[in-house]
Amino acid sequence: MSDLLAVRDLVKTYGAGETATRVLRGLTLALHHGEMAALLGPSGSGKSTLLTILGTLMKPTSGTYEMLGRNLIAADDRELTIFRNLHIGFVFQFHNLLPDFTALENVIFPTAVREGRETATARSRGRDLLVRMGLGDRITFPSAKLSGGQKQRVAVARALMNGPALVLADEPTGNLDRASARQVMDLIGQINREEGTTFLISTHDEKIAGLCGRQIVVGDGLVTG
Amino acid sequence: MLYALKIAARYLTANKAQTALLVVGVAVGVFIFIFMSALIGGLAEFILSRTVGDISHITIEAEAADPALLIAPEGHLLSVIEKGRTRTAKLTETATWLPLIEAVPGVKAVSQQITGAGFLTRGAQVSQVSVTGVEPGRESAILNLGGYMVEGQERLSSGVIVLGRKLADDLALSLRQTLRLESSNGVTALLTLGGIYRTGDGRMDEGRVFVSLSTARTLFAMPQGVTRIEIKLDDLNAADAIAPRIRALTGLDAAPWTDGAEQLMEALNAQAQTGYFLKTFALITIVIGVASALLLSTYRRRPEIGIMRAMGAPRGFVVFVFVAQGGLIGLMGGVMGATLGYLALLPFPSRDAFRPGTLPLDITQGSYGLAIALTVVGAILASILPARSAARVDPVTAIGQ
Repeated sequence: MSDLLAVRDLVKTYGAGETATRVLRGLTLALHHGEMAALLGPSGSGKSTLLTILGTLMKPTSGTYEMLGRNLIAADDRELTIFRNLHIGFVFQFHNLLPDFTALENVIFPTAVREGRETATARSRGRDLLVRMGLGDRITFPSAKLSGGQKQRVAVARALMNGPALVLADEPTGNLDRASARQVMDLIGQINREEGTTFLISTHDEKIAGLCGRQIVVGDGLVTG
Repeated sequence: MLYALKIAARYLTANKAQTALLVVGVAVGVFIFIFMSALIGGLAEFILSRTVGDISHITIEAEAADPALLIAPEGHLLSVIEKGRTRTAKLTETATWLPLIEAVPGVKAVSQQITGAGFLTRGAQVSQVSVTGVEPGRESAILNLGGYMVEGQERLSSGVIVLGRKLADDLALSLRQTLRLESSNGVTALLTLGGIYRTGDGRMDEGRVFVSLSTARTLFAMPQGVTRIEIKLDDLNAADAIAPRIRALTGLDAAPWTDGAEQLMEALNAQAQTGYFLKTFALITIVIGVASALLLSTYRRRPEIGIMRAMGAPRGFVVFVFVAQGGLIGLMGGVMGATLGYLALLPFPSRDAFRPGTLPLDITQGSYGLAIALTVVGAILASILPARSAARVDPVTAIGQ
């Protein structure tokens, strides 16, 4: 498998002077196309910071980051926004849906914001994704009225809407009961197998990590295993 | 941007009570703006109509020629004709000018007059009066004489005189009595009292009498021409613009009413300035209200803004969402305030029916379109700060909240 992304010698320091905290200390990592990897490590090890940098939401203090052949360290905010919209999907621990919008409206947001309107094509793909997530009867439901598991499945559908090459999931099952967690992970695994989407899933749960083909352990700001 | 507009509208409808409160607040500001416009404008109209509504808007007066110097062929000055106290100047070619003046756009009525001084005598009582001779049928062309009549009628046929209530009381006159009017030229005429008016202007009610133009010709020994032409306009504010046109057309010295009315104009300007201040304060209130409400909304929606940014929404998109909210609030509040303002002004009498003691609110001067436009612009400007603040939200921090 070829590399989807590669980071080298990533350093991230928060603050300055005596209060400076170095979270990443020269981390190097590569992810391959179609890979489903778990990101493991104790709290404060730098997992969330790494996901944030890989998601282009934050720049490292130093180091290199290339994805799909592009040097993302050199890109400006506008370029990163477009890149993120096209190639990266996010699933957060607390789903983070737009509460005043329906399930379908949440799912098609990444496409609508790029095209400037909600097209029929986008609606159709959004519906398909929700049906695939087992939410065919919740398409026009206000997202605020969905259960926790349903919200997280809507969040997965939203992350997949633009057919991204990479989906970054930060504790996607951390706030769910075991049955819902299993359901969400099954869906992620299915999409990974069928569409070849690369997943990097941050988790503390060994069982969830066990469902992934690769485990990346981060400790003290470095990849340790 | 259609999508950003949809999100803006959704945010507004998501919290109906807060949006309604905000729109009502803006509407109240617009209502005050419109009310002040109608009041200040109406007050100006009222003051103008009461002060200059009954006077000539443009006046052409005959000018006495400078006394001639009589010089002998040898070059010695023989004598000078001294300027007399009685009016000798006259406008001779009124028959030519009147149709020209009447054809000028904006001219409502033209009245040729002969004016002069005289003494009104009844028995042993004598009163000095100012005499105005006007054409029969045009008695109310400039001064609304017909509207001020309290006894008899304003019709000035030959041998009829119309005078004020105060003068009538001073001389203990009643209708159809015969009076003797002696002009400053020494000509005397016996006239019948045909009507008594009361304008409320003491000086006029006490000292001005009206006779027919033909009677005035006899009194002032002026078989031809007139001493004065008075012109009334559709819009008295157009006097400064129309007077030069009449001057150019006739070669006569047409003077607008604003000549010599500087104090009145200053008072009206001061009043207008006060209105501008009050309206500006109303707009500032709107801007502050919208800005603070949207700043609160920005703070409350920080996590959502972070999610939008993470999903690939550009900063410009976020700015537009909040600016559009400001614009929509301004539009809704503006239209509501303008409608309320219009409805509130409906029961008040129209500008033509203003009477002392009533609030002179002129519904036609509500500046409805301007109020809505300024409100929308103000609300958009007010939303720029919150919008920029929203666009600067750090998605990482916001999502973590």
